[in-house]
Amino acid sequence: MSERKCTLSVLVENTPGALARIAGLFSGRGFNIDSLCVAETLDPTLSHLTLVTRGDDQIIEQIIKQLRRLIDVYKVVDVTEEEDYVEREMALIKVRAEKENREEIFRICEIFRLKIVDVTPRTYIIEVTGDKNKLEAVIELLQPMGIKEIVRTGTIAMKREKKST
Amino acid sequence: MGEIMTGAKMVVEALKREGVEIIFGYPGGAVIDIYDEIYKTENLHHVLVRHEQGATHAADGFARSTGKVGVALVTSGPGATNTVTGIATAYMDSIPIVVLTGQVPTKLIGNDAFQEVDTTGITRPITKHNFLVKKVEDLPRILKAAFHIARTGRPGPVLVDLPKDVQQAKGEFNYPEEIHLRSYNPTYEPHIKQIEKAYQLLEKAERPVFLVGGGVISSGASEEVRELAERLNLPVTMTLMGLGGFPGDHPQSLAMLGMHGTYYANMAVANCDLLLAVGARFDDRVTGRLDAFAPFAKIIHIDIDPTSIQKNVKVDVPIVGDCKRSLQRLLELIKEVGKPKKYFKERFSDWWAQIEIWKKRYPLSYKEDPNYIKPQYVIEKLYELTQGNAIICTEVGQNQMWTAQFYKFKYPRTLISSGGLGTMGFGFPASIGAQMGNPDKLVIDIAGDGSIQMNIQELATAMDQRLPIKIIILNNGYLGMVRQWQELFYEKRYSAVKFATLPDFVKIAEAYGAVGMRITKPQEVEPTLKKILSLDKLVILDVIIAPEEGVFPMVPAGKATTEMILV
Repeated sequence: MSERKCTLSVLVENTPGALARIAGLFSGRGFNIDSLCVAETLDPTLSHLTLVTRGDDQIIEQIIKQLRRLIDVYKVVDVTEEEDYVEREMALIKVRAEKENREEIFRICEIFRLKIVDVTPRTYIIEVTGDKNKLEAVIELLQPMGIKEIVRTGTIAMKREKKST
Repeated sequence: MGEIMTGAKMVVEALKREGVEIIFGYPGGAVIDIYDEIYKTENLHHVLVRHEQGATHAADGFARSTGKVGVALVTSGPGATNTVTGIATAYMDSIPIVVLTGQVPTKLIGNDAFQEVDTTGITRPITKHNFLVKKVEDLPRILKAAFHIARTGRPGPVLVDLPKDVQQAKGEFNYPEEIHLRSYNPTYEPHIKQIEKAYQLLEKAERPVFLVGGGVISSGASEEVRELAERLNLPVTMTLMGLGGFPGDHPQSLAMLGMHGTYYANMAVANCDLLLAVGARFDDRVTGRLDAFAPFAKIIHIDIDPTSIQKNVKVDVPIVGDCKRSLQRLLELIKEVGKPKKYFKERFSDWWAQIEIWKKRYPLSYKEDPNYIKPQYVIEKLYELTQGNAIICTEVGQNQMWTAQFYKFKYPRTLISSGGLGTMGFGFPASIGAQMGNPDKLVIDIAGDGSIQMNIQELATAMDQRLPIKIIILNNGYLGMVRQWQELFYEKRYSAVKFATLPDFVKIAEAYGAVGMRITKPQEVEPTLKKILSLDKLVILDVIIAPEEGVFPMVPAGKATTEMILV
């Protein structure tokens, strides 16, 4: 069986230890976590967690079942199960921006509609939002300029609503 | 308005509401308040153990033998860490226990305070769930949830960590009659479409095998198992945890399968075309090499825990549900369809003929020796004398496997043994719990000379409670199971398996005020067993057995279950 990437949307009780339980489940059972993103939901008693993992179908089935088995886990949805979903990630990139390449960086920002959120005589901090491909394309283009630091949020995802007929 | 009381009193009140009459524990600084309440309470019998591990195993043995939730109470820090093996043992075998641990005051948590340890952190992967109580107002709800989670769904241990200031704080005691947890809803009722699919496979099968696991015991489904097996003329094999789920003396029993299972059970599974597995989880000790396990079979798997299904083996008809209810639905459907018993009798007659050939070819056996007591003979005699009417606890290793092979467990909850974790030192403290929960029954611990030493301090506990437990030590002077592996797979390099010093178990018994006896010759076995069974006292019987006796059949680890080493 071939490995696939899987993005899981998980609602958990907003209790201390819930995140530790999930992280412990992955390390204890030898599952992978590529990225993990946690925040509150509209309901303050629930947290939302987007988790990107990999595995063959049998492993992914186990991951989902094991998550559901945790007493604190309210709901698990495999967002990637269907094609129709939106995925986004944000990155802050601190890049060397000195005389000779300031213009070039500025152009890249325009082409990709990136925001420059901090400016110093020698650096820019650039905010990138998009899917994985866009982030990687931007990083590749900025690499030659000299990236000093990158912070990425990890993926968040949402299923698209079914189009009404 | 509920009564205003301290957290400590709430704990004791909650225990009463849950119908708890016996708890096993050991006091300490962080639980003195609870012990003070116990002092003031009637109808709550506290069993003072000698080591906290003993408390959890005793609570576990109580739960396994009675079907009720077992309770242990210990202090913070070392008290809590000493329970870890007991909790993990209960977790692996899905046994409902609630462990109450003291904790340093909430203000000190995280400060490396005296006797502080991150108890919920340590026990997170070995509990079904655990709680750290931060406010006294939360206590009634959490205690209710703890018992609810422990006993429902796939049962398991739940730990509640109780900081000292929460025990001392006062609050209103409103104990909920019922509790609903939105994120915890185990599935009891099976999907009827899946039951139909299962039946269709059963009707069309030619060589079926019925595999019974521990889930049958915990859901109380042994009556249904028997009815189904007899109705459909199915051969029945059991996992270690499933022994007693179907009568071991029944003509349709193939006894235990797996690493030390019978030749005929393993051959039947390897050749069957349909495997109906109920409440079993296909542990590696059961399956052997996975790709050679039941290679021709379609598999129907009934389990209340969806994670057990499709975890190790590929299942054709998964059924998530309570074992008892699922079997009831299946039986209803069978009656509705109405195929006569004769149909299955005739349909599976060739298959049974083949099984009978296997049974005759290699029955469970051992070589007799006039100079040595054979452990298998001891267990056989014990079965004859008790007729299956005893609760048999075991330690782990050869003693456990000989017991599983040669004692025909007729009833559920009569074998108390650490299956999943394989905890040496489990059997004796578990027998304390079993005897406390079943004061009128005969409780026997089958031990090895290694295992018994792991929790031998609990002799004092058993004497305190005047428990007439019979401890039978199958004493070969070796850590026998490891020695057997070294003999077979490590060219007899017996590394670290012979104790240079072995205590005199007869004198140990006497030191605690119990009865000690020793036998060394085969002809002493029967009269001595008769004698100890008639005594209303705690007895240690030290049986000096053939030192290099092995457990057979044996499937070497990682081999196919058909590649058995026979006697």
